[in-house]
Amino acid sequence: MDSYVLELLEKGKRIDGRRLDEFRKIEIRENVVEKAEGSASVKIGETHVIAGVKMELGQPFPDSPDEGILVVNAEFTPLASPEFEPGPPGEDEIELARVVDRGIRESKCIELEKLCIKPGESVWCIFVDISILNHQGNLLDASALASLVALRNTRIPKVEDGKIIRGEYQGRLPVIFKPINVTVAKIKGNLLVDPNFEEEKVTEAKVSISVRDDDKICAIQKQGSKEILFEEIDKIIDLAIEKSKEIRKLVK
Amino acid sequence: MNEKERPIVLPGEFLCQREGKKIGDNVYEEDGKVFSKVIGIPKITDSEVSVIALSGKYMPKVGDRVIGTIIGVEVAGWFVDINSPYVAFLPLGEAVEEFVDTSRVDISKYYDVNEVIFCRILKVAKNKIIQVTMHDLQAKKLVGGVIVKITPSKVPRVIGKGGSMINLIKNKTNCEILVGQNGVIWIKGKDKSKAIEAILLIEKESHIIGLTEKVEKMLSEEK
Amino acid sequence: MKRGEVKLLAEGKRIDGRKPEEMRNVEIKVDVISRSDGSAEVAFGRTRVLASVYGPRTLYPKYLQEHETGILRCRYSMAPFSVDERKSPAPDRRSIELSKVIRLALEPAIFLEDFPKTVVDVYLEVIEADGSTRVTGINASSLALALAGIPMRDLVCACSVGKIDNTLILDLNGKEDNYSEVDMAFAMMPGKGKITLLQMDGLVTKEELKKLIEMAKSACEKIYEMQKNALREKYKVSE
Repeated sequence: MDSYVLELLEKGKRIDGRRLDEFRKIEIRENVVEKAEGSASVKIGETHVIAGVKMELGQPFPDSPDEGILVVNAEFTPLASPEFEPGPPGEDEIELARVVDRGIRESKCIELEKLCIKPGESVWCIFVDISILNHQGNLLDASALASLVALRNTRIPKVEDGKIIRGEYQGRLPVIFKPINVTVAKIKGNLLVDPNFEEEKVTEAKVSISVRDDDKICAIQKQGSKEILFEEIDKIIDLAIEKSKEIRKLVK
Repeated sequence: MNEKERPIVLPGEFLCQREGKKIGDNVYEEDGKVFSKVIGIPKITDSEVSVIALSGKYMPKVGDRVIGTIIGVEVAGWFVDINSPYVAFLPLGEAVEEFVDTSRVDISKYYDVNEVIFCRILKVAKNKIIQVTMHDLQAKKLVGGVIVKITPSKVPRVIGKGGSMINLIKNKTNCEILVGQNGVIWIKGKDKSKAIEAILLIEKESHIIGLTEKVEKMLSEEK
Repeated sequence: MKRGEVKLLAEGKRIDGRKPEEMRNVEIKVDVISRSDGSAEVAFGRTRVLASVYGPRTLYPKYLQEHETGILRCRYSMAPFSVDERKSPAPDRRSIELSKVIRLALEPAIFLEDFPKTVVDVYLEVIEADGSTRVTGINASSLALALAGIPMRDLVCACSVGKIDNTLILDLNGKEDNYSEVDMAFAMMPGKGKITLLQMDGLVTKEELKKLIEMAKSACEKIYEMQKNALREKYKVSE
């Protein structure tokens, strides 16, 4: 039996009344967790994600002794969906974290070289932890947006005698770009922006593109078990660049 | 804003003294007093006390007509997913009229995995073994069409008083619509999309007054 | 930092300005997770916990199924950014103990026998931790269970009480949780007058203990009213 999503799509309609190139309503709230050095809550429609940034001191990687370290982690908390089970991260969780990481890292939006305390010995480690709280589709765009906003309002804690003084700060994390992730799904030849949960169930292929402020593309990830055509990729890239501009306006 | 409060009760809320009344659904007795087990609407009569739950999974009741999906074919029957924490069983004898030699016949020729049926709950045993039957005037295999699932407690709203709401949708869209008590709805016809939108609207706004007018307006719009 | 180094009580006021028997500001939101069967968010001051319930649902593997009754599973987890120093996402011993304690605080209220062979899963996520996370979680779970339509004898309410400088206090924040002489977690079914959680550490006399329990009971009765209001508010029919 066909899904009712397909039924409506034949008439060019989506089950929540959106146009094919329309995002759901986006709600962003900054600094929702005071204990975190930076945080953000993002809702895209009913999909809800919180990203929290914790700054810790650590040793730099040997091949980049004067650069801070970025670690992105995601948890599909079992709260968010009946299919999420407690346990170690699955392949979807890990993929999401890595794709969000690439968007941030490749856009060079964080000036990691400004996060060195003592070269070769001590640098700032930025931990971005993504908590999925409600899964109504397109976790990737919501997670990338929450991570970006959280980083943009992250403050660097004061350090005294090599110890972090929580609650006292010495300035903001230097985040100089706003890379925005846009996901487009392909269903029966239609290209839909921001697929919701029901649409994802019948999605054949999905492409997520991370676009920087200057329209340069910093990361792409194709998901889904079916194929994409060349003309479709061209359209998806254009859509992603167009939508990224709209969403970027929402980020301070 | 005009607000009308429905008289709802909460878990643990006192309803009445037992006084020989029958204990119905979603209530419990303690020291001769009857309390609600759930958030819901109380129904207290001279002979019975019960509460209609406003949320919760579908719990099968004898006589309910439900829409289920075949999930397993056994030697002498089928397992059916009826959108409940409990899986139901359709015995061969409740599905077929003629005699079937199960040692020779593969019964998936009658009903196969993923096929959808409209059936009736025949038996709910104490250990929650659920049996369904196709021996019912309305029972049939559902071919084509689409399925929409809603919260089971909202089924009465989709049906409406005396079927008013569901008939409105059927008439305006010219679709065949079957509503299972288990929250599963089947729609078939050319203009399915309008019917689907109407049902999704009811599910989303079931609590508002004036819903019928809103649905009627939506169905009358030409799009 | 040793106990006593932090001045928790000065001139009858606590470090956040509260009086000893004063609760922090309580925020309750229901239906916060649309995919769940029932959900709620409760905050006591800056402590914020989300609860999401799934069930009753079929329990796999089958050998875990109980023929006469359903089972309750509970998972308490803290988000890595919810505390001062980043917490690794993996469950630690404290989270495992709290998961069990919270489950046992909720179980007496639930008619598990009404849904044999199934499981009801309660998932808790601490978004921000400033003391008393387990009792905040119990308050959220009780609402989530009721919203999911799980049959219950009563709602479950919980709070923390303790002692600093010989003064009994209600609703401990993070610093008080760490440095008080006594801290106690308490949960009950207020409508039934039954206690479902009692954990304490510190050193108290019998009289002090009785007073602490009285204080907790009284606070739970207030929380009961807040929970009931939140649920009734949701079902107000509006035009």
